[in-house]
Amino acid sequence: MLVSGTEFSVTVRRGAVEKVMEAGSRTLGLRVFKNGRTSSTYSADFTPAAMKRFVERAIELAAVAEPDSCAALPEWEERAAPSDLGLFDPAVTRLSTEEKIARATRCEQSAFALDPRITNSDGATFGTDVNTVMLLNSRGFSGAYESTVASINIEVMADDADGKKRNDHWFSVDRSLDRLESPEDVGRRAAERALRKIGARKVATKEVPIVFDPLAAAGLLRTLTGAVSGSSLDRRATFLLGGENTAVASELLSVTDDALMPGRLGSRPFDDEGVASRRNAIFDRGVFRGFLFDTYTAKKTGHLSTGSCRRSVGGPPGVGTSNFYLQPGGSTPEEILATVEDGFYVTDMMGFGVNLTTGDFSRGAGGLWIENGRLSYPVTEVTISGKLQQMLQDLEMTGSDIEWRGGVAAPTIKVRSMMVGGL
Amino acid sequence: MTVHAGGEAAAFFRAQFAIDDDVLSELLGAALEHGGDYAELYFEHRESGSIQFEEQRVKNVSGGIVQGLGVRVIAGDAIGYAYTEDLSRERMHQAADTAARISSRGEHTGPIGLQPVDASQFYPVVGPVSEAPAAAKVDLIRSADRAARAYHPSIARVDISLADELKRVLVATSDGRVSGDVQPMVRFNVTCLSEVDGSRQTAVSGGGGRTGMEYFAAQTPESIACEAARQAVLLQSAQEAPAGPMPVVLGPGDAGVLLHEAVGHGLEADFNRKRTSNYTDRVGENVASALCTVVDDGTIPNSRGSINVDDEGDPGRSNTLIERGVLRGYMQDRISARHFKTGSTGNSRRESFRHYPMPRMTNTYMLAGETPPEDVIRAVDRGIYCASFGGGQVNISNGDFVFSVTEGYMIEGGRLTAPIRGVNLIGNGPDVLSKVKLVGTDLRLSDGRWTCGKDGQSVPVGVGMPTVLVSEITVGGTKRIEGI
Repeated sequence: MLVSGTEFSVTVRRGAVEKVMEAGSRTLGLRVFKNGRTSSTYSADFTPAAMKRFVERAIELAAVAEPDSCAALPEWEERAAPSDLGLFDPAVTRLSTEEKIARATRCEQSAFALDPRITNSDGATFGTDVNTVMLLNSRGFSGAYESTVASINIEVMADDADGKKRNDHWFSVDRSLDRLESPEDVGRRAAERALRKIGARKVATKEVPIVFDPLAAAGLLRTLTGAVSGSSLDRRATFLLGGENTAVASELLSVTDDALMPGRLGSRPFDDEGVASRRNAIFDRGVFRGFLFDTYTAKKTGHLSTGSCRRSVGGPPGVGTSNFYLQPGGSTPEEILATVEDGFYVTDMMGFGVNLTTGDFSRGAGGLWIENGRLSYPVTEVTISGKLQQMLQDLEMTGSDIEWRGGVAAPTIKVRSMMVGGL
Repeated sequence: MTVHAGGEAAAFFRAQFAIDDDVLSELLGAALEHGGDYAELYFEHRESGSIQFEEQRVKNVSGGIVQGLGVRVIAGDAIGYAYTEDLSRERMHQAADTAARISSRGEHTGPIGLQPVDASQFYPVVGPVSEAPAAAKVDLIRSADRAARAYHPSIARVDISLADELKRVLVATSDGRVSGDVQPMVRFNVTCLSEVDGSRQTAVSGGGGRTGMEYFAAQTPESIACEAARQAVLLQSAQEAPAGPMPVVLGPGDAGVLLHEAVGHGLEADFNRKRTSNYTDRVGENVASALCTVVDDGTIPNSRGSINVDDEGDPGRSNTLIERGVLRGYMQDRISARHFKTGSTGNSRRESFRHYPMPRMTNTYMLAGETPPEDVIRAVDRGIYCASFGGGQVNISNGDFVFSVTEGYMIEGGRLTAPIRGVNLIGNGPDVLSKVKLVGTDLRLSDGRWTCGKDGQSVPVGVGMPTVLVSEITVGGTKRIEGI
C-alpha cells in the first residue's frame, strides 16, 4: 500500500498569520503472509538498497508470528470499479496561498463582527490535503484513487460575568470546495455557539428527556461504530454480542455504513485490503442487521467481509467505518424540542466514559436546558449517564436535519430519558 | 551508556545521512534566506516494532522506520513550517525554502556557527528492547498470558501487546545550538476479558517507560497481567455508581490524570500568551488549596514522560508550577518564553518531525502531604474512592474537565465498601484544587502508560499523585443517592 500526498494549512489569529504549514510525503506499507504467519511494516526510504532491506526485514518479522489460518488476503474477483465517486476536486489543488489566508481571515473577522462579547480567538485555520492511495497484492489486485479534502475551523471565546471564559468552535470539511460552508458562516456559527453559553450553570441531578443536536448525536453514533465492529465481536467486547437479526432498538433507528456515497469523506472504491466497497445496513428499523468485517475478523467469526478494512499505511489491518449515518426522520428540531417540558439539549460531550462491553455510558455534557418546549438557559459541568442498550430502545424522535461534517452523521435526536448528574 | 546521547545522535545522522555541521549551517542559512528571525532544524529517525498477541498466539508482528526533517522559521509572531521524509540535500533545501517564505523582508543573514549543548542522561538503558531477540519478547508475553489465565477461572480472553521504539533526534538552531538525544520507549499492555454467565467485563493494564528489557525484572509481565485480570474480575461484582456532588478520595498514582487535565494544560504558556487559559495573568495568585504543590518534572529516571532535551533542543528540567497553592509559573517553549520575557522551561515537545513544537507536560505530579492515606479515607462518611482511571479531557479556556474512573469504590463510614462501575467525574480544575482538604504521604508515580493529546499531537507523559481528599466533585453515575 502506497500513500502519498501533500498537506497545507494556515492559521490566522487576531487578524495576523500565525502558522503556515506545507509538506509532501509518501510512505509504503507492506504486509507479508508466509505459511499463515503475518507481519506489517512500513518505510519512507525509497532508495533501492533500503527497499531491499525493508522487504527482507518484513519476511524475517513474519517468521516471529505464529500460524493463524484466518490470516490471508481477500478472495479477489475482478469486478467493475464503481463509477466516479467524486473524491477529487481539482479546485482544491488550485487554491493559492493568498486565497487560503483570505478565507481564514474572513472566517475570524465574521466571528468577531457578530458581537463585541466575542473577545478572543484561538485562530481560524484553513487546510487542504491532496492524497493518492495505491494498493497492490500478490493475488493480482491493483487499484488506486486520488482524493482531496478542504477544511475550515475556528474556536472563539466570550467573557462571562463571573470571569469564566465561554468558548466554542465550528468547522466545515468536505472533498469539494463548492460544498464547503463559507468562511463567514463558519465564523458566525462558532460565535453564536460561544455566546449562547454565557451564564451557563449546573443543574440539579435528575432524570430527564435528552435531545442531542446533530453534532452531539454524531458523537453518540461514533461510539456505536466500535460496538458494531467485527473486531469487537471477535473479542466478545461488545454489548451487541448475540444481537444479530433481533430488534435491539427503537423502530426509528436505521443506521447505514455506505462507502459509495458520491463526494463523502468516508467514500472509497475499495477498502484497505482491496475488497470492493459497498453499502451495509447496520440497523434497520431497530433490528440489528450485523457487524462490519474485514477479511480476518470475517473468517475468524464465520462471516464474509463487508469491505470494512481500515489500516494505517504501516499498521496491521482493522475494522472501520466509511460513511456511517443515522437515517433522518420527519421532525424539525423545533418540533422535537416542543415535545419536551423539562429536559436537556446537549451540544457538547467530553471525556471517555463509555464501556462498549457492558454498554455503560457516562460522559460530561454541556448545552441548554429545555423548558416548556423551548431552549432556556445554558448548562455546563454536568454528566449524562445511561446504558447504550437502553438508549437505543429509548430513541423517541429523529430530526430531518442530518448534518455531514465528517464520516459519521446524524440528525437531531431525542432519547426518552437519561440521568443528568449535576448539583 | 557511556556515549553522551546528544553526541551519539549527531554521530548517527552524520554517518547515515552525511548531515554534518556544514550541512546544518547551510540549511539554516537557506531557512533565513528571506529574513526570518529564527530558524530551527529538527531531524528525527524512529525505529519501532510491536508484537500483537491474541488468544495465546502471536497474531502479528509490525515494524518500521521513519526519518525526516522538520524546518521551522519564525518571523515576528508567525511560524512557517515544512517537512520532508527524504533526507537528500535537494529535498532538505526545498523544505528550508518553503518554511523561509513566511518572511518577506528579503534580508540575508551571514553564516551560522554551531556549538553543541550539554544535557544529562535521564534514561540510561542496559538492554535495548529494539535489540532483544524476538523469542525473549514472546517469552515475556507468554508469561503474562499464563499469569492472567491462572488468576481466575472467569478470564476468558487475554490480549497482549509489546511495543518498542528508538527515536534519535538532532536539533540545530540559528542561534547556534546543536543538541541531540536518543530516546528509547517500551510499552507493555494487557487486556483481560472476564466472563461469568454471559456477563462480560474487560479491563486493561500496562507498563513501560524510557527503559530496556531490565524494566521487566522489577515490573514483571505477570504483575501487569494480574492487575488487568483483577480489575476485570472485580468489575463483575461492581454496582451502579451514584450521581451528584459528593466527597471524593483520589487514590495514589493514576489520579495524577486529574492534575494533568484540571491544571496542567491550563499552565502551558501558549494558552496564557494567547490569553485563552483560565490561569492567564494569575502568576503569584492563590489558585489552589495551600496543601497543593504541583511539579512538572522531565528528569525522573526512565519515566515515559522524561526528556534529556526538549524538541527545541533545551535541556529537560524540573519546574514547580504551584507552590503551597500559589501559581509560580507556566510551562514555556521559546516563543512563549520570549513573550513572557523569561527562559524556556524545557517543555517544548512535538509528536514528530511532521509537527511544530508546543509547550507540553512531561511528568506532572502533586507532592506528598502529611496525612497517612488511611486517615484520608477515614475522614469521609459517604463518598467515593477512585483507584484507577481511564483518561480525561479538559476545556482549557475555563478549566472544566471530565475523567473516567475504571476502578472505584463507595466509601461508607470511613471505609471502602462496594466496588462501583461506569463512573465519570466532572468538575472545574481551579475549583477542585481549592477543595483539596487532605493530602496523603504516599506520592506514587504512574509513569508507564499515559499519552497526552493536544492540537492533534500525541506525546508520552507521566502523572503522579498522593492520596487526596476533595470535599466535593460531581460524580456522573446513574443512581440517585439521597442524603449526600
